[in-house]
Amino acid sequence: MAERVFMKGTEAIAEAAVRAGCRFFAGYPITPQNEIPEYMARRLPEVGGQFVQGESEVASVNMLYGAASTGIRAMSSSSSCGISLYSEGVSYCASARIPMVYVNVQRGGPGIGAIQPAQQDYMQATKASGNGGFRMIVLAPDSVQECVDMVYEAYDLAERDQNPVLVLTDGVMGTMMEPVVLPPMKTDEELAECRAKFMPRAIVGHPLGQQAYCRPGSVGDGQEKANIEAAALYETWDKDIRVEEFMMDDAEIVFAAYGISARISRAVVRELRAQGVKAGMIRPRHIEKPRFQQSQGYNRRRNVYPCTDEMGYRLCYPGQMPCQGSPEIRRISPDKRSGNEGRTGIH
Amino acid sequence: MAEEKKVYTRTQGIIPGAVSGFCPGCMHSTVHKLIGEAAEELGKLDKLVRVEGVGCCGLGQFYVTHDETIAAHGRAGAVATGIKRSSPDSLVYTYQGDGDLAAIGLAETMSAANRGENFTVIFVNNGIYGMTGGQMAPTTLIGMKSTTTPGGRDPEKHGYPMHMSEIINQLTAPYYIERVSCDTPQHVIAARKAIKKAFQYQIDGKGYSLVEIVTTCPTNWGLDTLKALDFLRDSMFTEYPLGVFRDEGKKLK
Repeated sequence: MAERVFMKGTEAIAEAAVRAGCRFFAGYPITPQNEIPEYMARRLPEVGGQFVQGESEVASVNMLYGAASTGIRAMSSSSSCGISLYSEGVSYCASARIPMVYVNVQRGGPGIGAIQPAQQDYMQATKASGNGGFRMIVLAPDSVQECVDMVYEAYDLAERDQNPVLVLTDGVMGTMMEPVVLPPMKTDEELAECRAKFMPRAIVGHPLGQQAYCRPGSVGDGQEKANIEAAALYETWDKDIRVEEFMMDDAEIVFAAYGISARISRAVVRELRAQGVKAGMIRPRHIEKPRFQQSQGYNRRRNVYPCTDEMGYRLCYPGQMPCQGSPEIRRISPDKRSGNEGRTGIH
Repeated sequence: MAEEKKVYTRTQGIIPGAVSGFCPGCMHSTVHKLIGEAAEELGKLDKLVRVEGVGCCGLGQFYVTHDETIAAHGRAGAVATGIKRSSPDSLVYTYQGDGDLAAIGLAETMSAANRGENFTVIFVNNGIYGMTGGQMAPTTLIGMKSTTTPGGRDPEKHGYPMHMSEIINQLTAPYYIERVSCDTPQHVIAARKAIKKAFQYQIDGKGYSLVEIVTTCPTNWGLDTLKALDFLRDSMFTEYPLGVFRDEGKKLK
């Protein structure tokens, strides 16, 4: 029988990670995610894991890089301006193809910004989490339950692809409490099996002739080959795309949103429906490559309202989403793959 | 006629037949040999993990036979923390130059030492940035010319050389700190002994060890190999005196 508990988002994220097998956590204090390292400091010793309070975000992400390169499940978390400092370590993990999971509990920005929740790290998360043009799967939960489920799943995706995975949540979900069903604790046998697969590459010491090395970089044409391989991996992610459709069957006005904005949009859709307006919502759960045209019934004439909690950037930005209705956007983005040219308005 | 007896074999810690890419007169290759020998003597080559810094030390990746990862510039202390905590049976060492350890990685260096992390730091101090072409390092001597101090290091503008062994010796947690060199056979033997001792302490779970090795950089010092040795002895050893700064293991005896 699955356990149903009332938990704060940050603590639920930490517990989900422990249940997924996370046995190493390094992090640096930053609001609004402090309960994740605090919870880990209490919880990890109970399961034989290691917690280190890093001297900085830079150190923490590099500890994560080191820990994950031994083949254990490891995690780190931070918030927005702290995540900026993760760029170096995340890029190294992506280059060396080290599977690891990290969490961004977003706050306002740019710069030190504000501790209030925001969704302003979308571009950074999905397009440039570090130098070198790498990509990651980015999971965007819209409830504490989905935070739990996505953190739990993130390790499988990271290990499947041998690539970092980012869970992008925000200060609302981080600080609010909701009832959640916690996933089962992975057994030592299950975790040993996961680690065994990585062992030939694990940086733990090997007999002569079986040297494992982790090289986040290369000489000669090695880097080009690695980049081509990585690009081929990124193309396989289309199969992972999962889009939630809410009241979309006959919708004429559509809200496109992820994370906390999706919850708000859902409420607005309900309110509009009560007033007789045919509103609907589409919500990507994986946001590394939102392809809303794969959403059933999306490819019709309708108005799309991108709804994210940010000022300068919209989820439906030209060139990233197949929303090319306005002349201005058509000019910027000649990409016609979406097949809905001229039929969709962005507001 | 007496039977011939083989008294010396190259360490298995280095790829057989590999030729190092280090410049003539550089001591990096000697240090690599000593690390391989020390681990081999301890029977731990199969547990040896190298966390490589960035700089000339990075050339070692094409040279060693044991497991290795490359840390971002300065982050070896953090990466080694993650590895050692996740794999306590591994024999973990970082291999870092002066720019890596004492400039960009100062926070990671000091914090790992302060936590008393149970790994070994091999710190190669030649007073200059080698790989990038001879810029000023935190350990560059006063008056010493570099490409970014063309008039020589001026304390008014650039501060003074940093003494990392002495600085880390201010912390409570480190177990063993020694400064050695590789300029004479005696010093090479002492350096091997220091590295082996540091590894042994790690195996015994004693905590953080730092072995600082003061070396030459003939290429970027602009000196031929023999004159570089003179400069090492006349100037570097004056600024960076060799010796044991701390040996908690010895205290106990």
